[in-house]
Amino acid sequence: MVEKKYKTAPLKSWDKAKEIRLNIYKEIAEAKSKGKVLLGGGAESLIALPTGFDYAMLVGEPYGAAISYLAKSDPDEYMKYVEASEHAGYPRDLCAYMRNYIGSILRDKYVFGGPFPKIDFYLQAGFCDTHSKWYQAVSDITGRPYFSLDLVPFDWEIEGESEKTKDLKRKYIVDQIHEAIAWMEKQTGREFNDETFIQGVLNECESTSLWAKVCIANRAIPAPLDEKTMLSLYVLAVIGRPRNDVVEFYRELLDEVEDRVANQIAANPYETARIITDSQPPWFALDLFRLLETYGVVSVGAHYTFGLSGGWEYDEENKTWEAGKTPQEKGVEVKTRDEAANVLADWWLRTGTVCRGVRHSGAGKIQRIMDMVDRWKVDGAIVHLNRGCEGTSLGQMDIVSSLLERGLPTMTYEGNHADPREYDENRTFARIESFMETMGLKQLYEFKKGE
Amino acid sequence: MINDFIDVYKNRHDYAKDWKKKNPDSKVVGYMCSYFPEELFYAAGMLPVRILGSHEPQNVTEPYIFGMYCPFSRDVLAQGLQGHYDYLDAVSTAYPCMHLGQAFDSWTLHVTQKKFYVDMPNRVQTPYAVPFLTGRLEETKQEIEEWIGREITDSDLKEAINVYNENRALLREIYEMRKADDVPLTGTECMYITTASLFMDKKDANKLLKETIENELKGRKAKTADDTRLMVLGSENDDIKFLNMVEEFSAVIVTDDHCTGSRYFWNPVEEQDDPIQAIAQRYIDRPLCPQRDYPERKRLPYLLDMARDWNVAGIIALQQKFCDPHELDKVALLDWFKENDIPTIYLELDVTVPIGQFKIRVEALLERLREDELW
Ligand code: SF4
Ligand code: SF4
Repeated sequence: MVEKKYKTAPLKSWDKAKEIRLNIYKEIAEAKSKGKVLLGGGAESLIALPTGFDYAMLVGEPYGAAISYLAKSDPDEYMKYVEASEHAGYPRDLCAYMRNYIGSILRDKYVFGGPFPKIDFYLQAGFCDTHSKWYQAVSDITGRPYFSLDLVPFDWEIEGESEKTKDLKRKYIVDQIHEAIAWMEKQTGREFNDETFIQGVLNECESTSLWAKVCIANRAIPAPLDEKTMLSLYVLAVIGRPRNDVVEFYRELLDEVEDRVANQIAANPYETARIITDSQPPWFALDLFRLLETYGVVSVGAHYTFGLSGGWEYDEENKTWEAGKTPQEKGVEVKTRDEAANVLADWWLRTGTVCRGVRHSGAGKIQRIMDMVDRWKVDGAIVHLNRGCEGTSLGQMDIVSSLLERGLPTMTYEGNHADPREYDENRTFARIESFMETMGLKQLYEFKKGE
Repeated sequence: MINDFIDVYKNRHDYAKDWKKKNPDSKVVGYMCSYFPEELFYAAGMLPVRILGSHEPQNVTEPYIFGMYCPFSRDVLAQGLQGHYDYLDAVSTAYPCMHLGQAFDSWTLHVTQKKFYVDMPNRVQTPYAVPFLTGRLEETKQEIEEWIGREITDSDLKEAINVYNENRALLREIYEMRKADDVPLTGTECMYITTASLFMDKKDANKLLKETIENELKGRKAKTADDTRLMVLGSENDDIKFLNMVEEFSAVIVTDDHCTGSRYFWNPVEEQDDPIQAIAQRYIDRPLCPQRDYPERKRLPYLLDMARDWNVAGIIALQQKFCDPHELDKVALLDWFKENDIPTIYLELDVTVPIGQFKIRVEALLERLREDELW
């Protein structure tokens, strides 16, 4: 048996993360009986927008991923979801989250039990082409009303976008936030509460800034977290970042992770090599991270994992990204709805990295990936050519060439983040194993499936 | 005359190079999406040319663009990588869709560095889209001015708007002529004309269009009332082989909704005091690409009106493989035409068209339409 280099310990925050996640899904199921507004919509941006109501929100992307988990435990049941959407005519190469979600509505089946929740309205803030249209299709099926904000992200900083362009984009979003609030009031017949909205916005900023700090802690050697664990932790920010309990959770998580760094508590006790990945993982096949572990490899994160829940601010001087400074940290007081709308738009535009990567790949996205390679001291990269998501796979081939040009061992595999029919586990594992060999790594212990 | 358009279509690069020779102090700017505000560039004395694919199999894009992106976007990038557009002084786009956006990003990394990018809003239905786009166009204008070292005046803009509006009116006139029972030109010929216009200096195109209308199309019968009237619609399409095949079956394509067809030129810039705002308004109001047709579905009733106005019997919807914007509308579109009793087939285009397979589908549609006529 190979000797362990570092100590390891279970993450104390783990159970709390699980509890909050379950609570959120329970609140959705119970929302109507408790007189709350129940809405559906996208996870990737501005989810503080409905916080002016007493509400629950079913966010689509993690829900689509949750359906794909079934592929592991009950493949026949999983197939019923995708087949429902395919029989209705939704093409198989559309966003896999969306297809799973639509299948769930068509089957009137909530993957966590019972019928699909009776959503009052759908609200989307869209920067990916699918975002703009997903809930239109859902609205066609359910007859429920739908509103979609058009989010035009900032370009990467390297492109030198002018302040005037940035102001225009901010204003465009702020105007639409006000438009959305008026629309929601009309749909619900309820008054929008500015105080809870302001708190929701501040929480959205703080949760995402805290998540970026957690990711930054992972620069340490040994890494305190591995990506598989991060994927379970980041999801709270994806589905509930404007919530008080979620902010509180991330404060505690950051303390714990920093403590692990100080005490050299590792995610992988053998840490011999560090990698990053790209795009969402195949959610139903996270075992691939466990295979990597058997080689002493720790995946320290991904542009996606860092960015979807993370607020990152560009440091012009050092040409790198740090955790975004929240309005609270900057001493900015937010007293009115309009101020909150401005803070939300500004935060999202300045610190969102996934959104700009979905609109602009090119040199900026490559710079961000290289920054991760340098600052997280990475020895290799695994790029998931994700057939289920055009958004996050934008620019992947150019990223691969740039990594290779830099001399960083890089492998690709084709798959789909939420449709297992496009993922071949045997082939992917074989590729990983030979990639490990090219990185000069030996398997330290046997990989046992499902453990 | 139609032949002149065919000539430009086939020799588009020679056309642009000749233009450059004749206008040695001017620049040629390639653009990727029909939402690109060409008037601004034309006002600066430039020739905007649309970058389209060649419909030939290629193996150069694999290292740059993942195979799940639509074949059109890959074909477009291939043109740059193969050096076919080496005369461009800049490459540009208005935000198209993620697929073509990917081709644009890769093009700027590997082919042409000088670029112009316009953040075209997706949600054109919000009242805030026009002020936003106006602001972005004002900045684009400034960027062009810095590049060429001179001011673009309001009168330059108005002149460009007039030339473009004339082009739109002439193309529209040709489409109106296709309402006749005996159609003066085939859909294939019309596609040559509209697509060639994408590469031409609009002043040249207008001259040629006027001559073609006056001296060739008036009184001409390319197809008769016996031919089955069809409409084609969908993503980018300049697939001549396919159109030819359809029209060989005693059918005629009388109108279309493609971004290389009617969507490109349908509506003019309406006059306003501020020419930039007028241009912005035009692009916001133009016939919708499905990607921008939300939350309300405005495109479907628009297409139905067009189908009725041009008296079409059936529709062929064509979509580039993997094209999300069109796939996202597929269910709604097919349901819509079913509800409205217009037989429709839906085909997926690739770089090269599987003519054999498509022939069977088209024949089946036409048989059905002809049976309907009997009853
Ligand atoms: S970014 Fe990807 S996963 Fe998200 S909605 Fe768009 S296509 Fe789907
Ligand atoms: S065919 Fe579709 S996916 Fe391809 S560039 Fe056009 S709109 Fe985009």
